[in-house]
Amino acid sequence: MDNAEIMEKSSIDVENIRADFPVLSKQIGGKPFIYLDNGATTQKPQAVIDRVSQFDSEEYGTVRRGSYRLCERSTQLYEEARQKVADFLGAPTKQEIVFTSGTTQSINLVAHSFGRKFVNAGDEVIISNIEHHANTVPWQVLCEEKGAKLKVIPVNDDGELIMEEYDRLLTDKTRIVAVNHVSNVLGTINPVKEITVKAHKAGAKVLIDGAQSMPHMKVDVQDIGCDFYTFSGHKMYAPSGIGGMFGRMEVMETMSPYVTGGDMILQVTLEKTIFAKPPARFEAGTPPITQVIGLGAAIDYLDAIGMDRIFEYEKSLLDYGTRLLQEIDGLRIIGNAADKAAILSIYLESAHPHDIITMLDQDGIALRGGHHCAQPTMIRFGVPATARASMAFYNKFEELDALAESLRKIIKFFS
Amino acid sequence: MSYDNELYQQVILDHNRKPKNFHELKNATHKCHGINPLCGDDITVYLDVDEATGVIQDISFTGSGCAISKASTSLMTTFLKGKKVDDSRVVFDEFHKMVLGEFDPEKQEHHLGKLTLFMGIREYPSRTKCASLAWHTMIGALDKKTDEVSTE
Repeated sequence: MDNAEIMEKSSIDVENIRADFPVLSKQIGGKPFIYLDNGATTQKPQAVIDRVSQFDSEEYGTVRRGSYRLCERSTQLYEEARQKVADFLGAPTKQEIVFTSGTTQSINLVAHSFGRKFVNAGDEVIISNIEHHANTVPWQVLCEEKGAKLKVIPVNDDGELIMEEYDRLLTDKTRIVAVNHVSNVLGTINPVKEITVKAHKAGAKVLIDGAQSMPHMKVDVQDIGCDFYTFSGHKMYAPSGIGGMFGRMEVMETMSPYVTGGDMILQVTLEKTIFAKPPARFEAGTPPITQVIGLGAAIDYLDAIGMDRIFEYEKSLLDYGTRLLQEIDGLRIIGNAADKAAILSIYLESAHPHDIITMLDQDGIALRGGHHCAQPTMIRFGVPATARASMAFYNKFEELDALAESLRKIIKFFS
Repeated sequence: MSYDNELYQQVILDHNRKPKNFHELKNATHKCHGINPLCGDDITVYLDVDEATGVIQDISFTGSGCAISKASTSLMTTFLKGKKVDDSRVVFDEFHKMVLGEFDPEKQEHHLGKLTLFMGIREYPSRTKCASLAWHTMIGALDKKTDEVSTE
């Protein structure tokens, strides 16, 4: 299929979608704003902005702490949002959804509450070579503290996990396997179901970092079979400061609290505290109530479009963009997995990523440059940094044309 | 479409393409490794200082980084060669404040010479560290810092 055919077959009316996102009609320095940093954070549709505003204007109250009507209404809406997340992820019950500030906190929660209890000296934890620092550092710290061993699944030159090596790394000492569903740098979609089945066979638990997958594809945690699935709201069109995780109840019930305080207890005396059941056990303190309502609205918005359609359209953006960039001399795409989400990590022979970003910005194009909080990935591919275009369903084929044209100009400027 | 020439001036592009004093200094009396963790800029600055006179007899660098960091380091080495250590500290202070927008060589007396080329960077707060890394590393070398210096 050539690029004309790809555009022809587009599964989304992108102009209609774009009208839902106020920021996308803004201009930057007199040029149309082209936002391609969705892997870092996503823009918000009017539906989310309005819902948050309406909630704060008319319905805001504390949750689970009062019996007056405003509080009861607020609590009901808050718990409805939890149900929306559960349905969105295919979780069996809403009690298996814990709200946190985002993926980073979710992984730290598991490293602390599961890790410090069940990972001991001589045990093993497995991650991959293409994890975000949020799914690397908590495990490194845990292993160092416990005298456990951190093992790393290597990747091939296309950025795909080498599964034969994974098979060899798994032993009866492996306590947990923590990998991402989609790499934030390379876009690789990892075979999380296979990873989970094998880990479970070895007796290990599995955490899947869903920060880069949940906003872009249909996720079913029961199909994957994982024990934990973490996510960030701000990467899926919701407010920042909210995220969470799915945790299998029978596993969460064995875990100790991460943060302690109010609202995570059953009973407190000065001598002893009995902790509440999950998810409350892991939600100490007043939560980000408004942000949870915003997350629920974002899920409604995504559901109305349909995750399968979103995935299909973003895949066509990826194919279109890949083809355009492959034609540019002196440009390397880092990460060419067969199964890949709409992320293009760009490396130019002639210009450093930070110069590329500054110059693209002058053309109104927003990309991220740097190591993307994944330095082990950079080391693996022998580059100090990349410029990353991460797409969303509101991006247009024409925006990728503009990116390619701008990159050609930058190459000329620096050579 | 053209680019904002305030930032990427021809001299900066030239120094990026062909950096001066870009090699290791075998008989260095001082050296320091500097990193900018945000960008991944990574340089080592070498100095040969005459202890009796305090004159920087030779200065060089190795490493990798963006055009701004490479050009800034290259220009720094050409500027400081033959200067006294005490004078280089004065220039560091002025340069550092200039890129942060706290010192305006157009309005204040200065010792920056052609280094004012980097004035445009003050419009790009996220890039100031690219320009100042060389200078922090040079001062780190003079202060005999044993650890590496970082812009963070």
